[in-house]
This record gives sequence, structure tokens and C-alpha cells, in this order.
Amino acid sequence: MGLLKKLLAAFILLPGMAMAAEGGYPLDHAPDFTQNLADLQNGARLFVNYCLNCHSAASMRYSKLKDLGLTEAQIKDNLLFASDKVGSMMTVAMSPEDAKTWFGAPPPDLSVIARAMASDAGSGPDWLYTYLRTFYRDDTRPTGWNNLVFPNVGMPHVLWELQGVRDARFEDVKDPHEPGRVERKFAGFRQVTPGTMTEIEYDKSVADLVSFLTWMSEPARAERKRVGVWVLLFLAVCVVLTWRLNASYWKEVK
Amino acid sequence: MAFTEKQLAADAPFRERALNWIDARFPFTATWRAHAAAYYVPKNFNFLYVFGSLALLVLAIQIVTGIFLVMHYKPDASLAFASVEYIMRDVPWGWLIRYMHSTGASAFFIVVYIHMLRGLLYGSYRRPRELVWLFGVCIFLCLMAEAFFGYLLPWGQMSYWGAQVIVNLFGAIPFIGPDLSLWIRGDYVVSDATLNRFFAFHVIAIPLVLIGLVVAHIVALHEVGSGNPDGVEIKETVDARGIPLDGIPFHPYYTVHDIFVATIFLTLFAAVVFFAPQMGGYFLEYNNFIPANPLKTPPHIAPVWYFTPFYSILRATTSDFMRWLQAGVAAYVALLVLRTRLGRKTKIAVAVVGLLLIVGMSTLDAKFWGVVLMGTSVMIMFILPWLDRSPVKSIRYRPGWHKYVYLVFGLAFIVLGYLGVQPPTPWGAVVAQCCAFLYFGFFLLMPWWSAMGRCKPVPERVVFRAH
Repeated sequence: MGLLKKLLAAFILLPGMAMAAEGGYPLDHAPDFTQNLADLQNGARLFVNYCLNCHSAASMRYSKLKDLGLTEAQIKDNLLFASDKVGSMMTVAMSPEDAKTWFGAPPPDLSVIARAMASDAGSGPDWLYTYLRTFYRDDTRPTGWNNLVFPNVGMPHVLWELQGVRDARFEDVKDPHEPGRVERKFAGFRQVTPGTMTEIEYDKSVADLVSFLTWMSEPARAERKRVGVWVLLFLAVCVVLTWRLNASYWKEVK
Repeated sequence: MAFTEKQLAADAPFRERALNWIDARFPFTATWRAHAAAYYVPKNFNFLYVFGSLALLVLAIQIVTGIFLVMHYKPDASLAFASVEYIMRDVPWGWLIRYMHSTGASAFFIVVYIHMLRGLLYGSYRRPRELVWLFGVCIFLCLMAEAFFGYLLPWGQMSYWGAQVIVNLFGAIPFIGPDLSLWIRGDYVVSDATLNRFFAFHVIAIPLVLIGLVVAHIVALHEVGSGNPDGVEIKETVDARGIPLDGIPFHPYYTVHDIFVATIFLTLFAAVVFFAPQMGGYFLEYNNFIPANPLKTPPHIAPVWYFTPFYSILRATTSDFMRWLQAGVAAYVALLVLRTRLGRKTKIAVAVVGLLLIVGMSTLDAKFWGVVLMGTSVMIMFILPWLDRSPVKSIRYRPGWHKYVYLVFGLAFIVLGYLGVQPPTPWGAVVAQCCAFLYFGFFLLMPWWSAMGRCKPVPERVVFRAH
């Protein structure tokens, strides 16, 4: 292989090598259901039922869920467990001190988590979507659970009833770049007990939940884009007008 | 002298009488004429000359959006992060104000970097515009301070650790360093006290100085008159009334011109604000959506993109690099002593300073020299007007190979910026060190290279093609 070809190959492989060097589990692409109100409502239901016991979303008001097409009565009857005012914030009763004792670290606030988890490896939703689908049974952990995206995470698999119990197989693979070094590589999940959902149903539910988290991280996003179209159209007209105004003055400059 | 007011006819129109009343008490018409209607500007400006007024526009955007943000923002370590999210969700149009301000910060640097590049290419810093340039460099310094202080305010992880890293840099200064950084922070770590003082600097102190400097920059410019891409002084060719033949009044010609460009700029600006406010993590960094946590250092701390060329120079200054720096200093001192006509005393002073630097580089920590180099990389712009020895101002009439010198300098700056956003690697450090040499070489060797080569003849009048 010529030098040029080698260089070219190095450049093509470079991004892949950088990813491999980080050692993270590759992220799946999260389907985006943020345009679909029914999916977002389902995501909100899952969020309030499964996440909002330990995680807060302290920047989020229950009443904001009206933007998802829910009425105040629907929010009160179905989603409001911790408070009686729809205007209140999505806080939790668990104190950070207790959380630290129970889980090793206080569960982070989820208001903007979908924006915070973005990295070179993938978008924030990609991270969340993969994370919530890669829990496995691990008896060496205090909670009995472990995760591929976030190894040794303090959080147990809260959605296990839906997904069922799985464990993970690992194989020892020799490192091709470093003789003598053996790497523990993930080699697939094994379903131990079935969940209430099939794998397809579970993935869809997680996608709904992640879409809700994405919506919640910036509730103004849809409005921003809607307004933006009009602003750009207005400015485009302005550009034409000011262009002609400028030309009408400058034609007399010789 | 007694107060006199021009007597107008009793039936003069109201507008005329009102203006007369004001002009007797305030130089309204005189100021308008001096700075707009009778301020003569070369007619051959190209598009690079619009970035000054665009910078003014962005400054206005930042001040107005900033005022509205302060109405809802809480400069308190326990409330700051949540108050920004409150602005994004509960304040009507708060998201728009916040995105305009965060996008405006990056836009400001884009505009100002192009504005400075323009100055570099067309010799805008040359006599008689040295003070215009010096005020400009002061504005740039203020802008960096403003951006740095402002970046702490959202109180995210990157805000917090960025401030921690930069304030710790002062700790590298011998003897006074640790106390100095303690004094800046007001605490042993970045904390509520730091947030409060940074807030004060960001919303009051620096903007005041900034506006004063902008006024000085424009007054100094209008005193000597604008340069142009041909580097021809239009005041040297005037008509019978003393008006430059190649000059046109700023108003209306350049006001309509600037309004046109402003609408184009605002279109691009709005495209970012409404459709990509995070700009892929460059305008709003992902990590900054995690609240500041003094106990958890992020794995990779990088300043926002506009600081990275200078940050890269800081990071490139490792202890392995010191001997190269010493060689560089020695070579430069030798050049100054052997190949210049400086006075004997000056040469001795240069040699002593050079020797002190070389000894210092062996004894003091490399981190300290990194801070020195980073500071120097900005400060060196102050002496630019006295480094350039080219007989012509504009790159248009300079020797062709000068373009490549500017190109290499520009590339070095961009590569430094790129490396600054990446996590450090051994190869990256070597490339950054080479680029740092190119960056400083461009300035320090300018007295020699700018005088070399054959310039093309500069025309008597500006080159202008009617639109």
C-alpha cells in the first residue's frame, strides 16, 4: 500500500478510532416522537410514574403539560401525585442526603437532562434511549443492576417490570493492539424472565419517554422554530427592500 | 461671551425653530454633520468594512437583551442555574432573549475577528490611525473579559470549571499568585462570592468601560478619517471646498449600506437563534446544562470557541517546550543585537531582558510561562502599528508573497483554535507549539519581513467601479 493510501486510510479510520478509544458502548439512534402529542403524553405518563419518584424536574411545572394537549383536569386526575396545584414544580420529596445514602449519589434533576447528555458519541436523546435499554442483572452491584452505557450506575432498573429481567454475557477478547491484555467485551443479553412488554413495545415506550424528556428540556423548541420561519421570511423581505434602497442611493456615486 | 440665539423669522416652520433652539444650547447639528452628514468616507469600501458597524449592532443587541435577562436572572449560587431555566420556560419570550444573548456573544467575536482581520490586511492600524487601533485592542480585551465573566453566570459545569481553571492561572505568577487568585475569587474555590463579583463586572464595570472605549474608538477614527482597501489617504486629494474627491458623506450612503448589511447579518443571526441556538455545542456547551458541582470535575474542560486560539497557546507551553522557547528568545535577541541599528544602550537592555527570560524559563514553572505567553499573544497586538515597516498600507500593493505570510498566520490561528476545543493529545501539543511559533513569529519578525520584497505602485486615487 502506498504512503498516500495509508494516510487516506488513517484519515478515514480516525473518527472510528477516536470513538473506540473512549471505550463507551456505542449509542443507538433515538427515534424522535417530539412532534406527536399522543407519544409525548405517553412519555409524560411514564415519566411521572417511573422517574418522578426519585428524580425531580424542578424547572418544570405540571401546568406546562397543557402544551401537550392535556387539560388541567386530566393533569390533576392522572399525573399529579405529589402536589395538589397544577402550577407547582415537579419536585420530589426525597432529600439529597437520603438519596446519597441509598444510591451513592443524588439522582440528577431531569429538567434539561436531554440537552446535558449530548457528547461526541451522540445526542442527549441517543444517550438516554440507549441507557434505558441496556440495564442487566448484576449481583455484584448493591442494587442488583448494572448498565452498559453507564457502568456501575447507582440507579436500579426502574422499568424492569416492563422489560423483564435480562442478564448480560461477556467474553474475554485479546486486545489486538496490546499483546497480553485481555478485554471484557459485551456479547449480548439473555432474557431471564419476560416483562409485561415485548421488546418492540418496550423500545417504543422508552422512545416515548425520551421524546418527552427531550420536549421537557426545551418546551419552547416547537414555538421557536414556528416563530423562526416568520422572522426569517420578514427579514428576507427586509433584505430585498434595504438592498434596493442601498442601490438607489449608490447608483449616483460615480 | 453672552448667550446668543440666531433670530429666525416669526413665520419660520416649527421644525426649524426647534432645531435652532436646540443648536443654541447643544451642538446637535454640528455633531450630526461632523459624524454623519459631512463625515467623508472613501467610496471604495469592500464588504470587509461593514464589520465595524455590525459590531456596534451586536453590542446594542447584547446590552438590550442583557438588561432584560438581568430582570429575571438571580446572581446566587443556589438560584442561578434554575433562574436561567426559569427565563427559558416561564418568562414570556425569555427563551428568545436568552438565545439572542448567548448567540450574540459568539456573533460578537465572529464580527470582531473579521473586523480585526480587515485592519490587518489593509493596514488600518498604520499612521495616522495608531490610536484607533489601540482603542480597538482595548475593546477586544474588554470583550474577552466581558465574555469570561458572563460565562460563569449560567452556573453550569463548564461555567464553573472554566472559571476555576482561568482564575487558577493567576496562581502561577511567582510570589503573589496564590493570594492573587484567592483575591479574585473571594473564596478558596469558585463560589457564590465569585459569582456575585463576576456578575457586577459583567453587567456594570466592563460594559461601562466598553462603551467608553467604543466612543473613543469612533471619535479617534472620525478625527483622522477612515482608511480604505487601497491604503490611499483620501484627504490628500480634495476639491475647492476641501472635500475629498474620493469621499462620500457617511449619511446617507454608508447608512443605507450598513442597514442593508445589517439585515443580512440579522437573517443569519436569526437562523442560528431560532434553528440552531446551541450550534452543535459550540455556542452553548452541552456540559453547561449540568448545574455546577464543585466536587465533580468534568473530564474535558474547554473554553468557548472564541478563546481557544489563546488557550491553545497556554496549553502548548509544556516543560518540554521550554528549551525551544529559550532557543527562540536567544535567536530573537541575537537578531535584535546583530541585525538592527538600535542604540548601544537599547541593545544591552535587550540582551539583559533576553538573558533574564532564558534563566527564568529554566527556573520558573512552565505553567507560569504559559500564562505569560497567552497574555502576550493578545497584548502583542498593541505594538502592531510600530512593527509594520512596509512602505504601503494595503495588502493589494504589497509583494505577492506577503499574502502567503498572512495566510500562514491565519491558518496557525485557526489550527490553534481547533486544537483548543479538542482534548489534549501529544501530537496536538506539537502542532500547537509549531503554530504558537508561527503566531509570534508573524508579529516579532514583522519589522523584517514587512520591509522585504517589491511593492506595487500605489495609485494616486482610490480604485472604484460604480455599482
